[in-house]
Amino acid sequence: MKSYRTHIMLCAGTGCVSNGSFKVKDALEREIQKHGLQDEVGVVMTGCNGFCAQGPVAVIKPDEIFYQFLSVDDIPHLVEEHFLKGRPVEKLMYIPPSEKAPVPKMGDIGFFGKQRLIALRNRGMIDPEVIDEYIARGGYSALVKALTKMKPRQVIEEIKQSGLRGRGGAGFPTGRKWELVAAAKGDKKYLVCNADEGDPGAFMDRSIIESDPHSILEGMVIGARATGASHGYVYIRHEYPLAHKRLIKAIAQAREYGLLGKDILGEGLDFDISIQQGAGAFVCGEETSLIASLQGDAPEPRVRPPFPAEHGVWGAPTNINNVETWANVPEIINKGAKWFAGIGTETSKGTKVFSVVGKVENTGLVEVPMGITLKEIVFDIGGGIPKGKKFKAVQTGGPSGGCIPASLLDLPIDYEKLAEVGSIMGSGGLIVMDEDTCMVDVARYFLEFLKDESCGKCTACREGIDVMHGILERICQGNGKEGDIEMLQELSEAVKDSSLCALGGTAPNPVLSTIQYFRDEYESHIKEKKCPAGVCKALITYTIDPEACKGCRLCAKNCPQDAITGEAKEPHIIDQDKCIKCGVCFDACKFDAVLVK
Amino acid sequence: MSKIKPQDLEKIRVRMARTMSLRDGDAQAKITVHMGTCGIAAGARKIMSALLAIVEEKDTKDIVVTTSGCAGLCSREPMMTVELKGQAPVKYIELDEEKTKKIFSDHVLSGKVVKEYALAIGSERVG
Ligand SMILES: Cc1cc2nc3c(=O)[nH]c(=O)nc-3n(C[C@H](O)[C@H](O)[C@H](O)COP(=O)(O)O)c2cc1C
Repeated sequence: MKSYRTHIMLCAGTGCVSNGSFKVKDALEREIQKHGLQDEVGVVMTGCNGFCAQGPVAVIKPDEIFYQFLSVDDIPHLVEEHFLKGRPVEKLMYIPPSEKAPVPKMGDIGFFGKQRLIALRNRGMIDPEVIDEYIARGGYSALVKALTKMKPRQVIEEIKQSGLRGRGGAGFPTGRKWELVAAAKGDKKYLVCNADEGDPGAFMDRSIIESDPHSILEGMVIGARATGASHGYVYIRHEYPLAHKRLIKAIAQAREYGLLGKDILGEGLDFDISIQQGAGAFVCGEETSLIASLQGDAPEPRVRPPFPAEHGVWGAPTNINNVETWANVPEIINKGAKWFAGIGTETSKGTKVFSVVGKVENTGLVEVPMGITLKEIVFDIGGGIPKGKKFKAVQTGGPSGGCIPASLLDLPIDYEKLAEVGSIMGSGGLIVMDEDTCMVDVARYFLEFLKDESCGKCTACREGIDVMHGILERICQGNGKEGDIEMLQELSEAVKDSSLCALGGTAPNPVLSTIQYFRDEYESHIKEKKCPAGVCKALITYTIDPEACKGCRLCAKNCPQDAITGEAKEPHIIDQDKCIKCGVCFDACKFDAVLVK
Repeated sequence: MSKIKPQDLEKIRVRMARTMSLRDGDAQAKITVHMGTCGIAAGARKIMSALLAIVEEKDTKDIVVTTSGCAGLCSREPMMTVELKGQAPVKYIELDEEKTKKIFSDHVLSGKVVKEYALAIGSERVG
């Protein structure tokens, strides 16, 4: 191993890769070579750093300098200044919104400062494709402990005492589930890692696999020790090629080292893992559908009980956990249940990974202790709402989560608190919405997704969501009627009560929560035929304010319908019969003269 | 690669220690070579190469070598600053490879400041 003096930890998560991080890598290596620094400065491709909005990003070790928006053109200057002359380059550093001075060090940037990494403990610190780097940071030592110093019963007890709950949505206590599988009768038992991650906009699980695949493998081998399972499956969606590739590589390396396969570490445990790719249907993430899909059957949920713990893959006792749940396991075994239980709230221990997206400055992936408030996530970590707009709501838990209003921003996040306000933890999606978001349209949008993703087995879910979506669409088109709100509420109860799985069980959340907190918006749509946020096309008109219009012709030139007329330097007019409400004029106008009502 | 036993994990950790301590940022010693235009002209690159060669040769784990800009005393380059954990930084001036080796073995490895090459102990006050 060369004695590099500096490591450039360049992010190779999916977000940064699509913004060109491999091109940046080539440029870096080229310039490093040019200055003869190839034996001093090494480039390490890491998993997702989390600050995806600023990508491609890199962290320089040991100085801890954080660089963002790297492009090939920046590299010659960067290499000469920072890596040859030791002068960090300010113009590539992060500048907080509404401030002027850059923040050089990663730990001083608000986005990173409030995070606590357990599941993502190795993110950005290792090359995920090198098993030795995982081992160097304590990897597989928890497995050694579980195999040589603990009985299966003690491993289960440790996980139980830690208070770890499933990170895939339902929040079931992980230790209890392991206990059930360990106690179930059967000569063959299975483990499953649920990496289906069907929530649109969520990428927690993908990032964990991309940045630290061995943490999941180690968690599963410990699970095998605890439950007596002899084989594990990772069920991963087909749209995750990079995560899939890293997983294949990690499994091969673990096998070579004898950390998977027969007689693991010479301690007598036999356990291997294979990968199964799913086609990416939302319902495939539901455990009974997933098992059906794994066996080659149609992915439809079935009645529980029997639970997978008794009757799972190929009819055998099966323990299924989410990616993030598995990734927590080695740390709990290493540091102890007490340590883990000391983080979080009364009912929810440890941390949770969220993908923060939507109308927020710092979109990306964050891991925070349970009990952190929504305000801290949206404003301290997320950096607040762009363009000085007002915060309106945050939706947690994916498409079937509820929308939580500004009045509840101080809510500490845990499984129970989120349920109390009509939302769910889900798997950790978090969508921030600003004042320009129409909440009726939001409900319509998520129901459209859920309507398409319903597998159709249960009538209430298949037909109920469709009818609810139809009503919402009607309201958005200006054809809402008195009684629609009540009808939506009634249908919600029916869908929740008569669906086998939580797809139907939670689908009404976006509707119920928006009615609860934003009823006035529904009423404006229905009674006054107005969309207060100016989103629903049928309910808005674009006009030009003759006072503000300078007659610059920019809107007229951009209008795809030629609906705008007027002489240069004279106020323009929009022909309402031709206007298709695309909003191009609104975006084009430099004088805020285009009005939406 | 062959199959490993529990005790082999520790061997891998030891082998990887230098690489990883660079990333953890809690090294025992930090050596900064001043690489302004003046430093480079005076031969700072040679000092850097010499340092990295010694680090490799002695197989030290907990030492980071880094660069920074001109230290403001261009006539006395090449310069470097040695900072042991918990101690005041020491600036060395007018270095060559021999002096670098001596500073490394006396100061960095044994904690004894090499007074005859040192300019001053401590850094400027900032602000
Ligand atoms: C419609 C639907 C989709 C789901 N999608 C996922 C998913 O993508 N990933 C996941 O881990 N769990 C998902 N679940 C939850 C699983 O059924 C199951 O509870 C989870 O995998 C158990 O692991 P855990 O206890 O570690 O959370 C979904 C559930 C439902 C009802």
